[in-house]
This record gives sequence, C-alpha cells and structure tokens, in this order.
Amino acid sequence: MAVEHALITSVIVEANEYPDLVQKYQVSGVPKTMVNERVEILGARPEEDFVRAAIGAADAAH
Amino acid sequence: MPILSASDAARVREMLASLPNPVRLVFFTQTLNCETCEPTKQILGELAGLSGQITVEEHNFLLEAEAAAAYGIDRVPAVAVVGAEDYGIRFLGIPSGHEFMSLLDAIQIVSSGDSGLQPVSRELLAGLAAPLALQVFVTPT
Repeated sequence: MAVEHALITSVIVEANEYPDLVQKYQVSGVPKTMVNERVEILGARPEEDFVRAAIGAADAAH
Repeated sequence: MPILSASDAARVREMLASLPNPVRLVFFTQTLNCETCEPTKQILGELAGLSGQITVEEHNFLLEAEAAAAYGIDRVPAVAVVGAEDYGIRFLGIPSGHEFMSLLDAIQIVSSGDSGLQPVSRELLAGLAAPLALQVFVTPT
C-alpha cells in the first residue's frame, strides 16, 4: 500500500523487541495493524478487506 | 557464521535475480544497548551479497541524528527500504523469520515501483486524501 500511494507509510514492527509499543497499542496477537495510531486491524485479511478497513480508519480520523 | 543457510541463500538469490532497479537498505544501528543490531547488520549484509541491485547504507543512530530524523527513525535496529523513491517503508527490529519474507517482498515491490495490488485495491486507494500511517506488528515465528 505504501508503494501505491504517497500518503501511505508502512512500518513493520518486530513485536518481541519493543514491549513499550506492544503495551501502548495493546498487542496481544500478531499480526496486528494500527492505522493512524487509532484503528486496529486484527489478524491477516484478504487484500481488499484490509484496504477497505485501512481507508475506513483514515476517514474515521477526520 | 552465516545466518542464511546455503539452500536459503540460493533460493533468495533466485528470487532477487530479476530485480529491475536498485534498492537501498538504509540501516540505522548503534553499538551499545541493541542486542539485535549486529544480527540485523549481518542479515542485511548477506542479503545484499545475493543481489547486485541491493546495497546497505549504514548509519549510526546516535551519531547521525539528522539522518535518523530525515528517515523518521526513532528506534533501532531500523531499515528503510528505498528505491527510486522513498515510499515510507520501514522495518523495526530484526528482520528474521516471517519478517524476512516481508522484507524480500518489500525489496521486490520497491525495486519495481509497482505495489502489486489488485485493481480494486488501487481504485479504492486512488481517492485517498489524508495520510495513512500503518504499523504492522509481527513476530518471527
């Protein structure tokens, strides 16, 4: 997604090494995706579902 | 002692054989208080050795604060996967196990400059008007 659109950035975080981030975002299982630090997408999703969920998060933040 | 086994290295070399454009792995590290920095450096080095299109650009996180800020890096080890453009793709922590596969994917996509997304996804994203910051939490196994 980050390659598809200039407004999208993507950080992949190895959870074992950053307990402070795990706690901040209450990560209890992986994969877990945070969108704009506010919306969560839990688990792996089919591509279109994931994209829709992520976009929904961007809209919700505004 | 290499981290990638000989057969894994051969497989990775094959996967990366057709990278169309150069990719820089901009790597931020520090000497002390970072257990995974040295193994990460090793993995990146082995990866770069398997493709003429991949180079590792190493920066010391503590000594090169401006570079770290320029790439938006606030912890180590961190890798920015950069092609002709910086698409904002970062890996935090050691890229081993599943994360290694994601790194390979990122390298391929960044090299081609094509997201590889389905047409419907591209259409959905075309209308995006506000930033989306994705943070994906993973573990190696």
